[in-house]
Amino acid sequence: MTLPTKHVLGILVDNLMKRKSVFKLSSRKATRWAKGLNIQRGGRTVIYTGHMYQLIPSISALASRMSYFEDSWITSFFGLGRFANKFINLAPLMARSDSAEVEYYNNILRNIAQLLQAASVDFGYLYEDEMYSGALVHDEGVDDAFIRHAHRVFELFKRNGVSSVITVDPHTTNMLRSVYPKYIEGYKLQVRSYLEVLAESNVEPGPVFRDLDVTIHDSCVYARYEDIVNEPRELLRKAGATISEPEYTGKLTHCCGGPIESFFPGKAQTIAENRIEQLAATGGHIVAMCPICLVNLKHAARNKNIEIKDISEYLVEAYSGESKPVERAVS
Amino acid sequence: MARANSTFLDTMRAAESFNASACMNCGVCTAVCPMGIDILPRQLFRYVIIGIEEKVLEKQETIFSCLMCKMCEQNCPADVKIAENVRTLRGYINRHVYRLSRN
Repeated sequence: MTLPTKHVLGILVDNLMKRKSVFKLSSRKATRWAKGLNIQRGGRTVIYTGHMYQLIPSISALASRMSYFEDSWITSFFGLGRFANKFINLAPLMARSDSAEVEYYNNILRNIAQLLQAASVDFGYLYEDEMYSGALVHDEGVDDAFIRHAHRVFELFKRNGVSSVITVDPHTTNMLRSVYPKYIEGYKLQVRSYLEVLAESNVEPGPVFRDLDVTIHDSCVYARYEDIVNEPRELLRKAGATISEPEYTGKLTHCCGGPIESFFPGKAQTIAENRIEQLAATGGHIVAMCPICLVNLKHAARNKNIEIKDISEYLVEAYSGESKPVERAVS
Repeated sequence: MARANSTFLDTMRAAESFNASACMNCGVCTAVCPMGIDILPRQLFRYVIIGIEEKVLEKQETIFSCLMCKMCEQNCPADVKIAENVRTLRGYINRHVYRLSRN
């Protein structure tokens, strides 16, 4: 027996309606990445994380637990779990996120903010007021819950006088830029991914990579939904990296399996393993630009001695002036 | 023998987000699907167009297995909005089978 879609989806929808996220994070967990970066509160232009990177360690721990439940007798009790979850947020009780993983994903957000600062982009942050975009509930077709949540997010922007948003992941970019306008009358918001903002800026790399061969795993959502294909390549090339393209790339990129992780962990794993094989065949350092792709590919590669990094990890070395010791980076 | 369900047919015809009339059954979508889903989308969409609800509902797991990655849509010669069609089917199941929607 697979995980019961009805109850798993029911829990996600209940959480979105009651707790404003499919997986509620504490304000501290959601905003800790910004500590020490001196990002102003609010402003006309804000960085918007949509909690995607912050959610990964919790989702990862939960997905790992769920994969044990898949095909077990425990699935019979998911209906009861959904009932209990209406009163008590069960997710944090079911799985504890790994502190090293929390730090890793928070660092990616710090990288992105530092890159924007290096490009002299003036931006603020909504801190604890920020919300998840509702992407998963939209993709699963629960439109009434999604629309109600989308209005909450748009009201947040209006209340704070935000007119321009810089996103950090493909799913939030797609929701805010292409999906919300279909459902919200009078929706007006400029939405750009940080990769687009950086590519349009005049930011110049400091240390330039020499002998760095990267293999890009394009996100389906960036490439096919939002037409973001060239920007990551331009930024990496400008920093001196050589780009190797896998068998399926750009607009024809191959999915990482992540979108069905919550419902069919076994199938998601198989897709990710197939993708890892395609990427590894090029021999380059694998680069992802979506938190869901990143975690799925990392999990699929964990026993294969294959490293996968977020694109921001390379970009921050080249563009932000940070003097971290970096593999294969020379000035 | 499978029978057409007129309520299902009317609901799906009224759904502006579902449109598979341009599908010419070429099979490119099936050939490029990273999930290897053999019924999605062309055969499934045919069941929707002729209103065979029971055949659609037999494939709930398949419908929710779709990655929404749009590899099929990118390669579709008839420009069928396949991902949105699948999402609409999920919406139908959510409302009429799972009772998840609130309106």
